[in-house]
Amino acid sequence: MTISTIEKDAVTIRFAGDSGDGMQLTGSRFSSSSAIFGNDIATFPDYPAEIRAPSGTVAGVSGFQIQLADHDIYTPGDHADCLVAMNPAALKKCLPELLPNALVILNEDAFTPGNIEKAGFASNPLDDGLLGEYRIVLVKITSLTCSATGSLLPRKQAERCKNLFALGLTLWIFGRDTGSTREWIRSKFSKNAAVAEANLAALEAGYSYGETTDLADARYRVAPATVRPGTYAQVSGNEGIALGLVAAAQSARCPLFYGSYPITPATDILHELASLSAFDVTTFQAEDEIAAMCSTIGAAFAGSIAVTGTSGPGLCLKSEAINLAVMTELPMVIVNVQRGGPSTGLPTKTEQSDLLQALYGRNGESPLVILAPQSPSDCYAIAYEAVRIALRIMGPVIVLSDGYIGNGAEPWRIPEPDSMPPIVVRYATDPDTFQPYARDPETYARPWAIPGTPGLEHRIGGLEKQDGSGHVSYDPANHHRMMELRAEKVRRLDAFIPPQDVYGEKEGRLLILGWGGTFGAIRTAAERLRAEGISVSHAHLRYLNPFPSNLRRILSRFEHVLVPEINLGQMASVIRSTYLKEVQQLNQVRGVPLKVAEICARARQILNQGVRS
Amino acid sequence: MTSGTLAPPCEARIMDSSAETLTRQDFVSGQTVRWCPGCGDYAILAQIQNTLPTLGIPREKIVVISGIGCSSRFPYYMNTYGFHTIHGRAAAIATGVQLAREDLHVWVITGDGDALSIGGNHFIHTIRRNVNLRFILFNNAIYGLTKGQYSPTSPKGTKTKSTPRGSIENPLHPISLALGTEATFVARTLAADPKHLATVLQKAARHKGTAFVEVLQNCLIFNDGCFDFLEDKTRRAETALYCEDGKPLLFGGTERKGIGLNGFSPKVVAGNDPGVLVHDETNEDPGYAWFLSRLRHPEFPVPLGVFRSISRPVFDEQVRSDVARARAENKLTWDEYLLRRGTWKV
Repeated sequence: MTISTIEKDAVTIRFAGDSGDGMQLTGSRFSSSSAIFGNDIATFPDYPAEIRAPSGTVAGVSGFQIQLADHDIYTPGDHADCLVAMNPAALKKCLPELLPNALVILNEDAFTPGNIEKAGFASNPLDDGLLGEYRIVLVKITSLTCSATGSLLPRKQAERCKNLFALGLTLWIFGRDTGSTREWIRSKFSKNAAVAEANLAALEAGYSYGETTDLADARYRVAPATVRPGTYAQVSGNEGIALGLVAAAQSARCPLFYGSYPITPATDILHELASLSAFDVTTFQAEDEIAAMCSTIGAAFAGSIAVTGTSGPGLCLKSEAINLAVMTELPMVIVNVQRGGPSTGLPTKTEQSDLLQALYGRNGESPLVILAPQSPSDCYAIAYEAVRIALRIMGPVIVLSDGYIGNGAEPWRIPEPDSMPPIVVRYATDPDTFQPYARDPETYARPWAIPGTPGLEHRIGGLEKQDGSGHVSYDPANHHRMMELRAEKVRRLDAFIPPQDVYGEKEGRLLILGWGGTFGAIRTAAERLRAEGISVSHAHLRYLNPFPSNLRRILSRFEHVLVPEINLGQMASVIRSTYLKEVQQLNQVRGVPLKVAEICARARQILNQGVRS
Repeated sequence: MTSGTLAPPCEARIMDSSAETLTRQDFVSGQTVRWCPGCGDYAILAQIQNTLPTLGIPREKIVVISGIGCSSRFPYYMNTYGFHTIHGRAAAIATGVQLAREDLHVWVITGDGDALSIGGNHFIHTIRRNVNLRFILFNNAIYGLTKGQYSPTSPKGTKTKSTPRGSIENPLHPISLALGTEATFVARTLAADPKHLATVLQKAARHKGTAFVEVLQNCLIFNDGCFDFLEDKTRRAETALYCEDGKPLLFGGTERKGIGLNGFSPKVVAGNDPGVLVHDETNEDPGYAWFLSRLRHPEFPVPLGVFRSISRPVFDEQVRSDVARARAENKLTWDEYLLRRGTWKV
C-alpha cells in the first residue's frame, strides 16, 4: 500500500498517558523537533495535581497538546487531529477533544480488561464501535519497546522507554527526523550509558516501525512557517519570566534576588533562576510564602533587583508584606502564575481569577502596578518591563501570568543585543540633599538610599510617613496627602507606558478586549471572523494598572465591547467601573484555555442580536 | 547588554566612611524615645548603643530590623539604617538583607509575641539556617502594645484581659526552642543587669551566624513583677546562675551551691561537691546546653550567660560563595548565553 502524504497548514496533536508515562517529555521533545524544523508551534501541557495518581484511571491522565503550523499561530488548538494514547484512560479522557476522522494511535498492550474497566468503559472500545469515526492505529508499544531495548535494561525499566517509542513513531508520521532528540537523549543521560542506549533504541524502533509497517494510511506534512529572521529558542512562560528578570538585572548592573516558596505552577521560575547564578542571581527557597515576600523586601531595601514568584494562594499569604512594600516604596516584582481557585482550587490548571486580588486584595488604599504577559514568548519582555517600572517608580509591580502561559511553550525570537531599553539604577548618595520621602517631580519616586551609604542612615517602616522627611506621622492632612501621592505615582505611569494598540479597524461594531493568556484564542478568533468578512477588532491589555492612556478613546469608538475571561467577569467589571462603558462577557472557568470557536460564536451572537450597550 | 561578571553597583559605588572613632552618641537618633518610663527597653537600647562603637564597624553598615510590638520601635531610636517591618517578619526581611549584602551588620529586634507566636516559623528557620544576624528577643511574657494579653512565654495561670481565669497554655521556653533548631549562639541576660547585658551583647555582636539572645525584662504596665525574682538584687544570688565558660556552675550567697547531675537530670549540690558541672559554652553536643536550658525557677536558679557558642557554616556566606564561584567560572555574556539555549536560526 502506498502511503500518501497529506499537506496541512496546521495540525494539532495530543499525547496522553498515565502521569508516570513521560507524556510531558514526549510532547516537549516533539515540540522542539517541530520548532527546529521551522513550524510555528504552541503547546499546552495539561497534567493532574497528583504526581502519580492511581495508574490507569482517568484522574491520572497527563496530556500534552501541541499545534504546529506553516503560519503564525497563537493557540495549541481547540481539537486534536491526532491522538497518541498510551492506555484506555487516556483515550477516554481525550475522546471529547478529537476532531472527526482524527488519527488515533493506541498502545494495544495497555488495552487489557482491567485497564478498560479502570478507565470506565462499559465494554472494549476497540471492538464496540465507539471509535468508528476515527482512524485507529493499534501498536503494541510496550512490548515493541521491550524487544527493541533487548537486554540493556531490566524489563520494568525498559517499559519506561515506551514514550520514546511513541515519540519516534510520531516523528515519522509528521516527517521529522530524530536528530535533535538523539542529541538530547545523549546529553540528558550522559552519566548512564545503558539508559541512554535503551532510550535511543526505543526512539529508533518507533521511527522504523512507522517506516516498515503499513502503519497509517497517511503521513502529514506541515511546511515550515515564514517567520521573521532571527535566532529562536523554544521557551515556556516560566522560563521567559526567569530570563527576562536576569536580562533586566544585567542591564541594571545589579544583582538579582529571587525569594520564593515552591508552589504549582510557578516553581519552574525558581528552578530556572537557580541555574543562572553565573549571572549574579541569588535564589532563596524560603520557609513559607510570607518569608519569600519578606526576604524580597529585605533584598530590595539592600539594593538588589528583588523578585518573588508565587501562585494565587501564595499571593494571599504575601498580601500583608506587599503592603509593606507599597508603604516603604521599595522596588520589586511579584510574579503570580495564576491557577484555579479559590483556596487550593485546581493547582495545575489555568485561570485568570486573581485580577481583583492583585488590584484590591490588601488593607487600606494600596495602589500598585500590574502587568500581564499575553503568551509564553511575551514573558521575557513583560518581566523586563516589570523590573524597569518598579525601579522607575520605586514600588512593587505584580505580573499576572497564568498556568497556561507558564507551562505552555512557543518559539521565542531572542532579542538582538542592546535592543531592550536600558535600565539605569540611581542610588541616592548625597547626604546634603537626602530626604527619604522626597519625590522625583516627574515620576513621584522616592530616592533609593541603600544601607552602606555614608550619611544617609534613615529609618523606614509600615507606619505612615511624613511627606518628605519620612518620619512617622499621624498628622491627618499628611495621611490624606500620602494616600493621594501613592495613588498618583501609579496613575501617572500611564504617560510612560506605550499606548494600547488595536488589531483590525480602530472603530467599528465589535472590539474584543482581552488580557493575559487568552491572547492566542482571541486573536485566532478575530482572524477567523475577519477572514469571513466580519469586522471585528482585538485589543489585548498587557498593562492592567494603570491602563494605557488611550484605552478610554478606543472603547468609545466601538458599538460593542466583548471581554472574554477565564473568570466570572473581573476585567469586565473593572472596565465598567473605570470607563462607565457597558461590556459583554464571555466567561468559561474550566481550568483550560478558552476555545477559539466559543469566542467566534459569542462574537457572532453579539453582532447578530445587535445587543445594545 | 552587559556581561554577567561586572561588579554590581552596590559594591562599586559604596565606600566606607572614614575610620572615625564612634561613640554611643553617634548611634542616638533624633527621635524622642516613647517607651513607658521605667521600661527595660531603655537599658537594652543604651547597651546596644554602647556596644556598636566598640565593633569597628562604620555606622552606615549597621542595619537594625524589627517586627511589631513595643520593642520593635527600637530602630527609630538608632541612628543607623533601620527597618520597622510587620508583625513577626523581621527575621525574614533580615535574611533578605543579609543574602543581598555581605558587608552589612544586621540586628533583629523582636519580642516574645513577635518572634515566638506570629513569627514562630521565621524564628526556627532563621536560626537553623544560621543566617549571619543578631536576634535579640525582649521577653516580658506579655503583649504590651495591645494592652496586656498573655504571650507564648507567659507562665500557666497568667491572668490577663484575654485569660481572666488564667492562661491554660504551656509556655514556650525560647532558649530550649532555639537549641532545638541547632542554634550556634544562644544566650540569656537580664535588662535589669546592664553589666551582664553588655557582656552578652558584646559576644553576640562578634558571633558569626545567628546569635540568639533572650533578654528578660519587666513590663511595668501590664506584667509588673514578672521577673521580680531575678530583678530584685537581694534575691538574685539565689535565683540566678551566672554561667561563665570554663568555670563551675555555682550560685548562692554566703552558702555557695552548685549544679550537678542526678542521672540525666539536674540537681543542686554543695558548692564544693566534686560533681559540680563546669560550664562549657563551646560544647559541640547541644545536649549540655539543652540540659542547662531546663533549669527553671523556682526549683532551680535561672542560667544567665552564653549557653552555646559554636562555629558552623554561615548560610548567607555559603549562598554568596556559591554565586561568586559560578560568576568566576562563567565565560559567557548574557547575550551569548541566550544564544546557547537550544536555539535555531531562521
